[in-house]
Amino acid sequence: MRTDLPLFPDRASTIASQVDALYFYLITVSAFFALLIAVLLIVFAIKFRRRSENEIPPAIEGGLALEIAWSVIPLCIAMTFFFWGAKIYFRMNRPPDDALQVFVVGKQWMWKLQHADGMREINELHVPVGRPVQLTMTSEDVIHSFFVPAFRMKRDVVPGRYATVWFEATRPGRYHIFCSQYCGTNHAKMIGWVEVLEPNAYQNWISGGGGSESLASAGAKLFQQHACNSCHRPDSLARGPNLEGLFGRQVKLADGRTLVADETYIRESIVNPTAKMVEGFQPIMPTFQGLISEEGILQLVAYIKSLSKPSPGSGTEMLPPGNTMPAPNRPGTEPGSGKERKP
Amino acid sequence: MSAELIPRAEPSPPRASYLNAGYGVKSWLLTRDHKRIALLYMISITFFFFLGGLFALLIRLELLTPEGDLLQAETYNKLFTMHGIVMVFFFLIPSIPAVLGNFFIPMMIGAKDLAFPRLNLLSWYIFVVGGLFTLWAIVHGGVDTGWTFYTPYSTAFSSSRVIPAAVGIFITGFSSILTGLNFIVTIHTMRAPGMTWFRLPLFVWSHYATSMIFVLGTPVIAVTILLVALERILHLGFFDPALGGDPVLFQHLFWFYSHPAVYIMVLPAMGVVSEIVPTFSRKRVFGYEFVAFASIAIAVLGFLVWGHHLFVSGQSVYAGLIFSFLSFLVAIPSAVKVFNWTATMYKGSISYRTPMLYAFGFIGLFTIGGLTGLFVASLGIDVHVHDTYFVIAHFHYIMVGGAIMGYLGGIHYWWPKISGKMYPEGLAKFAAFVVFVGFNLTFFPQFIVGYLGMPRRYHAYPPEFQVLNVMSTAGASILGLGYVLPLAYLIWSMRYGKDAVDNPWRATGLEWQTPSPPPTENFPVTPVVTWEAYEYRPREEAQVIG
Amino acid sequence: MAEPEPLPAAEHAPGRLQHHFRSMEQQRDASSLGMWVFLVTEILFFGGFFLTYTIYRWQFPRGFAHASVHMDIVLGTINTAVLIVSSLTMAMAVHSAATGRRKPLLGFLSATIVLGFVFLGIKAVEYTDHIRHHLLPGPGFQYPGGDGPAAQLFFSLYFGMTGLHALHMIIGIGIVTMLLYMAYRGRFSPGYYSPVEVSGLYWHFVDIVWIFLFPLLYLIGRHLK
Repeated sequence: MRTDLPLFPDRASTIASQVDALYFYLITVSAFFALLIAVLLIVFAIKFRRRSENEIPPAIEGGLALEIAWSVIPLCIAMTFFFWGAKIYFRMNRPPDDALQVFVVGKQWMWKLQHADGMREINELHVPVGRPVQLTMTSEDVIHSFFVPAFRMKRDVVPGRYATVWFEATRPGRYHIFCSQYCGTNHAKMIGWVEVLEPNAYQNWISGGGGSESLASAGAKLFQQHACNSCHRPDSLARGPNLEGLFGRQVKLADGRTLVADETYIRESIVNPTAKMVEGFQPIMPTFQGLISEEGILQLVAYIKSLSKPSPGSGTEMLPPGNTMPAPNRPGTEPGSGKERKP
Repeated sequence: MSAELIPRAEPSPPRASYLNAGYGVKSWLLTRDHKRIALLYMISITFFFFLGGLFALLIRLELLTPEGDLLQAETYNKLFTMHGIVMVFFFLIPSIPAVLGNFFIPMMIGAKDLAFPRLNLLSWYIFVVGGLFTLWAIVHGGVDTGWTFYTPYSTAFSSSRVIPAAVGIFITGFSSILTGLNFIVTIHTMRAPGMTWFRLPLFVWSHYATSMIFVLGTPVIAVTILLVALERILHLGFFDPALGGDPVLFQHLFWFYSHPAVYIMVLPAMGVVSEIVPTFSRKRVFGYEFVAFASIAIAVLGFLVWGHHLFVSGQSVYAGLIFSFLSFLVAIPSAVKVFNWTATMYKGSISYRTPMLYAFGFIGLFTIGGLTGLFVASLGIDVHVHDTYFVIAHFHYIMVGGAIMGYLGGIHYWWPKISGKMYPEGLAKFAAFVVFVGFNLTFFPQFIVGYLGMPRRYHAYPPEFQVLNVMSTAGASILGLGYVLPLAYLIWSMRYGKDAVDNPWRATGLEWQTPSPPPTENFPVTPVVTWEAYEYRPREEAQVIG
Repeated sequence: MAEPEPLPAAEHAPGRLQHHFRSMEQQRDASSLGMWVFLVTEILFFGGFFLTYTIYRWQFPRGFAHASVHMDIVLGTINTAVLIVSSLTMAMAVHSAATGRRKPLLGFLSATIVLGFVFLGIKAVEYTDHIRHHLLPGPGFQYPGGDGPAAQLFFSLYFGMTGLHALHMIIGIGIVTMLLYMAYRGRFSPGYYSPVEVSGLYWHFVDIVWIFLFPLLYLIGRHLK
């Protein structure tokens, strides 16, 4: 039996210290009130203990002032919890623009991860220290939840939609990934590790992947394979909307609504094409439900995303502009998507 | 009612009571007497409590070691699922309302019975039928979805006995609905002359609030379970992502009931404490109206906070904000209650009889449960502790520390009235102490292991969490003893206990003005109420504080 | 809800006051409040379906509108009329009971039962039609065009909601049949007819649910025809 008794989790992300600060504040306030009640109970119980069987104490009625006081003061304190917690939550839900992209597919009972440049991992995630990393996650079967206690980060991974979450690791090390949403027999075995590396070590690791092609270029191949380009094309023969520059843009739908084309919308348009039809097109696209795996759809999404990025003309099209990381030294993986892109 | 009017404690001769009104099996199984039906409920839920407790014991034993070596993963998953289902739907939800509420609401308002006695009996039969379905599911392989039945695992992936268990819960839901309906109608129409709304004991107020939830919430869980069953059996798709359906919609519907259900469990316990504290302080409850309306406020707000179970499920950030805000609001009426109970003791005449010890325990544990509720209501922290043992500890502080302490306190408080016998005081005090210590030892370490990141529903876990789990299991064994003791001595007291006088605590409620145990009709003549609730001294004499 | 039962003591209706009530008025209040509370429960029960419908229709307006074209508008309209008339006969039955006219009471109750069965019969014809056209969700579901998934959601809701409604109709017919038997035995009088009254409330409720179901399921795609 292990006899070490950890009382506090590792703190290894930028958000972790903020969460902990709020946590300590809550503990302080809670301890104060818990002790207050406990002390009052004990003092009253002793001081006003029954001294004779027949005594009837004086009658006391509660007044309004006291009731208002002990409603309003706790309310004000609770509001500080609320605003502070909400502030952190907002930060958790606003990924920075320059985040590294990693795609995650949960399935019973493993995590499949793929980096933007194609590197694949199972139940392991290698990330550099000091760089925001954004995860785009979906599930092949049931609901899972991606939880890294050391990062104070958790997000349910729901089939049929994309969940995004981000973190920035602050300390190199090895930290647990747990599945925290019950997902069946081996739920407790759906455990992995985040390996936070120093930038150099990360560089070595990522360039040692060898041979894998980037997500976007894999998506480009799928796009050809399923003949998507026979309808989704820029010329006059197009029977489907042109996908160039689509990602992140406002789309006007046939029923008059507008929405922003995000990952979830693109995914839905692949598996359930008539659900949100673009204005001016016929509902002729068949569903690709079951024909393309979740990973395939993620690749297509990455490809369509890449059609909207200003291209620096290198192999780093999935990396945000201005990143300092040199392109991985793999000429063979020059993205196939390059030819579809307009300069 | 002034001091001189409190009936003197005097021994009463044997007489006709609801207990000796008939001895045959039929006289029990076909009874329409709310008191006998309450006892039928008591026996059934006691069975379910110890069944659920047995599952808990096995869970804790498995978690002694990190490897998951005692039980198979599948078995473990079934155990925590059935622990949850049995404890929530077959013990906690019916516990205080169906036993103590059933028994005492008519007596407290001066009625001969609930408004619909046959419906009351029907509720019990429905409960039993639902229970049998669930037991059948347990015996024939069990269920492994978690008591939350999240889709799509429950609809498309689990190969266990989801349907019979769900049908059992569905059926039992109607028992809750009928009980709630019966209470509402009874409280509205059956009050004795002079028993105005603000003369009602707070136990009745809290049951009125609980009944609102029964009536408004339970049908939603019923229809949600029906949707799951239709999807699973007939392949109608409601939550199926392949059809564009949304599995998270299930969670919204589920928690729309199941969050208020937490208040179904704790509000009646608050009602019990609101009876015990004034009785054993011999003082009117401090801020009666505030405590009464706090119950209603909790019931109403309880319907608006379900989304705080979905902070990490991908609902919009703004929805999260609103649900977090409303969840904090629930803290206010809860705090009001705790402060008022404490203030009731001020300048009281406090006796340390067993029910009062349970009330102390309730206030302490509920305070911790409520304060940790603020942690999980806070968005930033919930993301980290959601679905970890922190949440497990939090809701056990409310549901076990709160509801079961309230239930046990109430059972001891009213035991003289129910059985006509006194429980053994010394042993009972000891048991209350054991329960309190065992409970804290079991669940406090879970806060720590939860913040460390141990997810719930884990059959095996990383070894660094072991020490805290061993502490928790050790505490659970003490807690188990604390629960077996009352079972043993209460049964013992039915035969060997001292005869109880009509009003052993010199309480003011109408239920104490009848003989112990009461006659079938409760009151030979309908009482006329001319005094306020808990009026130990005339209210005119009262000094106003605050 | 009300529990008629021959027991001693009563003001206007000998033998109809149960032992635990103080007066007939109290007993009547209790029955009718009981039924209203029960109907609140029922609203919440159907509410789960209506909420699900609302969310998916908002998400898939096109798929829902197109799927609703497959409803038989003629049969649906006839059924709506049948139910409205049955509500009328039920209301007349309550009136007859209140005024103590036994024969009309028997007649109106019987008419209500017959209309209830007509409704269920027509519903059965519609179900058979849908199933024949492979519109029953599940592995056998077939639907032309790209709206398949949304249409399947629509038909899941259609079968779920109308099925639950039909179940309520069946229970209602059972209750009215019981009333018919009690009325035949002469159990009701102007001093005691709350079983008829509260059952009437239930029947009207079931009727009203249909008034909501009909446009939501049958009419939303009319403009597409």
